[in-house]
Amino acid sequence: MEQYSSKVMDHFAHPHNVGEIENADGVGTVGNPVCGDVMRLYIKVEGNVITDAKFKTFGCGAAIATSSMVTDLVKGKSIDEALKISNAAVAEALGGLPKVKMHCSVLAEEALKSALNDYYKKKGIPSPVKMPDESGHEHEME
Amino acid sequence: MRKVYLDHAATTPVHPKVLEAMMPYFSVRFGNPSNLHDIGREAKDAVDEARAKTASLIGAKPEEIYFTSSGAESNNFALKGIAQANSQKGRHIIVSQIEHFSILHPAKTLEKSGFTVTYLPTDKEGLVNPDDVAKAITKDTILVSIMHANNEIGTIQPIEEIARITKEKGILFHSDAVATTGWIPVSVNTLGVDALSLSGHQFYGPKGASALYVRKGVRIKPQIEGGIQEDGRRAGTENVTGIVGLGRAAELAAAEIEQRMAYLTPLRDRLQKGLVENIDHVVINGHPKRRLPHNLNLSMWYVEGESMLLFLNMEGISVSSGSACTSRSLKSSHVLSCIGTDAAVANGTLLMSLGMDNTAEDIDYVIAKLPPIVRRLRDMSPLYEDMIKKEKVR
Repeated sequence: MEQYSSKVMDHFAHPHNVGEIENADGVGTVGNPVCGDVMRLYIKVEGNVITDAKFKTFGCGAAIATSSMVTDLVKGKSIDEALKISNAAVAEALGGLPKVKMHCSVLAEEALKSALNDYYKKKGIPSPVKMPDESGHEHEME
Repeated sequence: MRKVYLDHAATTPVHPKVLEAMMPYFSVRFGNPSNLHDIGREAKDAVDEARAKTASLIGAKPEEIYFTSSGAESNNFALKGIAQANSQKGRHIIVSQIEHFSILHPAKTLEKSGFTVTYLPTDKEGLVNPDDVAKAITKDTILVSIMHANNEIGTIQPIEEIARITKEKGILFHSDAVATTGWIPVSVNTLGVDALSLSGHQFYGPKGASALYVRKGVRIKPQIEGGIQEDGRRAGTENVTGIVGLGRAAELAAAEIEQRMAYLTPLRDRLQKGLVENIDHVVINGHPKRRLPHNLNLSMWYVEGESMLLFLNMEGISVSSGSACTSRSLKSSHVLSCIGTDAAVANGTLLMSLGMDNTAEDIDYVIAKLPPIVRRLRDMSPLYEDMIKKEKVR
């Protein structure tokens, strides 16, 4: 297996934004324990800006690192900007991921989109969020 | 920082005495055993001596030992070679579902060339039921291959009982003893097998030197052709250095086997006890008694194996993981799935395999380091959070 970049290892060993947000404005849970990774992302939104993001993740080194990175990336961003964050951007910000672990960055993007979906749902606004295409295995929880 | 290597099932270090025996054969006694001159003769003598030592470890005759490059080659050779050489008698093979892939994949290949294969399940502790073997036998069955002990969960199979069945029916029986040789007694006559695989780097020998035992009179088709080596059954200039190392490792194993078991069993039990006492929601995989003395395979709920492995590595502790995330296929271990381990908890599996260099202090170090890692990862785990919330509702 390819090795992790030092940035991935740093985010894995010292992940940023671990935890829950009480009364979060949006919560998204994606993944499946059978596949080995489940991510739960919480966001706090004020006006149109994501003021806080936290996560809880069950998964491998890459799953934890991508969760940490995606929460870093969304903080302070507007909803519109957050919607544009792709899995490739998360992977790139981590200095790349081994090929077999790219699905972890897809999961991070999905977790963010799922949390944004939840935000729109709670607001009663039709959601413009398009979930990324899944390659390979199912990641939705039952 | 303390370094604790608990991955002897992956490979062992070469024993200093083994290395010492090997050294002259790199550049001083470098000959080709096929040559008639003195330099060649010297190498041939060394290979012969190693063959005798390897045979002696498993109670075989020297001429029943074929040196190969790996346990995987020995398994491929046994399954394909015996099936192909005996196909006029029948085309049915029986294996277990928890065999190593170097048995399962050749079995699939044989299926494509007209053989049929029965894949026997095991019970929850990883045991193959000899009755299942008896029931699976048809008029067409020519070969049964059941591993001596499983490399992941360590369960030791009832090989003698299965051998009684195959012998009565006149069916050939191969056993993959790669995980057991050097750790528990392996005797081809006590076990009653017709062929057996073993690998040097699994018991303090070098990588690249392994063997297949084939009982005299058993037909086997060569898989590597084009040379007279190994009685014409396995072409290629011998890995003399490696073979010498394998022979010396076999000699050491024969002398030390009781001592190894007596040392490792309580050490493993100490590790198991310490971890089970300090980690909740943990499952020990494999058979409680019929298990390799140095094997501990445990699954922890709500945490993923690779992340535990990486944190342990930061503490100087080397283990293996049976989780989906450490495999290219992103599927967790076929062995755990066969014994019925829940797919979710299978991803939280660690395989620890001890060796003679491990001390009680090493074990206590692991017992001190792993539980906080599990707690830390569980604090980060949404599955653990959900479980706690559910328990509160109750």
